[in-house]
Amino acid sequence: MADIDTSGGGHKKGPGVKKGKKLSTRVDLTPMVDLGFLLITFFMFTTTMSQPTAMHLNMPDDNKNTNDQKVKESGSLTIWLGKNNNIYYYDGILKPDLSNVVTTNFKDIRQVVLNKKATTDTADLFMIVMPGNQSTYKNIIDILDEFSIDAVDRYALVNKVDPGYEANIEKMDAAAESAGQTGK
Amino acid sequence: MGRAKLPRKSTAIDMTPFCDVAFLLLTFFILTTKFKPDQKIPINTPTSVANKVVPEKNIIMISLDKNGKAFLNCDNQNGVLQSAIENLNSTYNLGLQPGEIARLVKAPIIGTSIQGLKQYSQLPVQAMNDSLSGIPIKDSTGNELTAWMKAFVAAAGDVAGDVTDDPNGGAPVVILKGDNLAKFPQFKNVIAALTENGILKFQMVTNPEAVPVGSELWKKAQIVKQTAAN
Repeated sequence: MADIDTSGGGHKKGPGVKKGKKLSTRVDLTPMVDLGFLLITFFMFTTTMSQPTAMHLNMPDDNKNTNDQKVKESGSLTIWLGKNNNIYYYDGILKPDLSNVVTTNFKDIRQVVLNKKATTDTADLFMIVMPGNQSTYKNIIDILDEFSIDAVDRYALVNKVDPGYEANIEKMDAAAESAGQTGK
Repeated sequence: MGRAKLPRKSTAIDMTPFCDVAFLLLTFFILTTKFKPDQKIPINTPTSVANKVVPEKNIIMISLDKNGKAFLNCDNQNGVLQSAIENLNSTYNLGLQPGEIARLVKAPIIGTSIQGLKQYSQLPVQAMNDSLSGIPIKDSTGNELTAWMKAFVAAAGDVAGDVTDDPNGGAPVVILKGDNLAKFPQFKNVIAALTENGILKFQMVTNPEAVPVGSELWKKAQIVKQTAAN
């Protein structure tokens, strides 16, 4: 059942009938097959790719004594997550006037983490993440993802919101807003 | 004497069977595409480079939407959800009848306070999705998720040991599905509900993301690929 064959070119003419030039009605199906296979491959790939993936998170046991884990001051990088995708970080111990806190965003944090990694021993390297009350779930997942991408093995997610550092984050947020900075 | 003339045959291939087969395959793939189950609560999960797939069976899923409301979902493997509800029933004296407990187990999602469970079980299934105010997770005192997880832990403790081929020992896996815009305080309360009950390992549902080329993780993956190829 190819198609209706009306190409009458070559047949004997009817009596007295003047036949004009007969146009062929054969349709070339090649482009249709091309499109068909394109759609097939598209669906083949999308069915396997739509599965959501799982990211693991292990939290420390709060009931156990957490003092046995000593973190070396030189190897620690503390990251605060603020409002509007802002990140504030500092090395080691926090200075009371917040002078060693640097503002950055999610694009530049990779370079910061890699630099820290390059300048510290693997045994001393430790990342501390303190999310602020205005940070979003996406910020937290992104930073944990960043550690996974940069192959940082030791990190801690501090979720007990200590009003002390929360106030500091708010100060940094206010400073960043007045500077007109929003990390994207 | 004539030149030996080879009869010329047409080289045009009839494309019809090609087309038939192509559309047959296409129809097959369209029909076998598994669509995501209809989400009553819209949640956009963030992306991550993690490559392990979310487990689909024997899970307890806690959903956190962008307004900070929490919802529970359990596929009731080994009757875990049923035992948990019965547990809560006796602890809080909710007065749920077996029929109502069965309806709660079959409910697509649980999103009310513990006291509202009895009323929730009376609703027909379609109406259940509309009256979702979320499980209260206000702060450490108002966090009902803690009570739920406690009930689950007690229930899983009862049924652990039945399924021996599950690496987790038959206990359900806790997965957390959060929206991009959910704020940290609600997330913190959900985590607190889990850690207070001794659940320290859980997984977070994310959308797949390609590993950035040139990064440490990518380099590691290349090394693994090379050693596998050798």
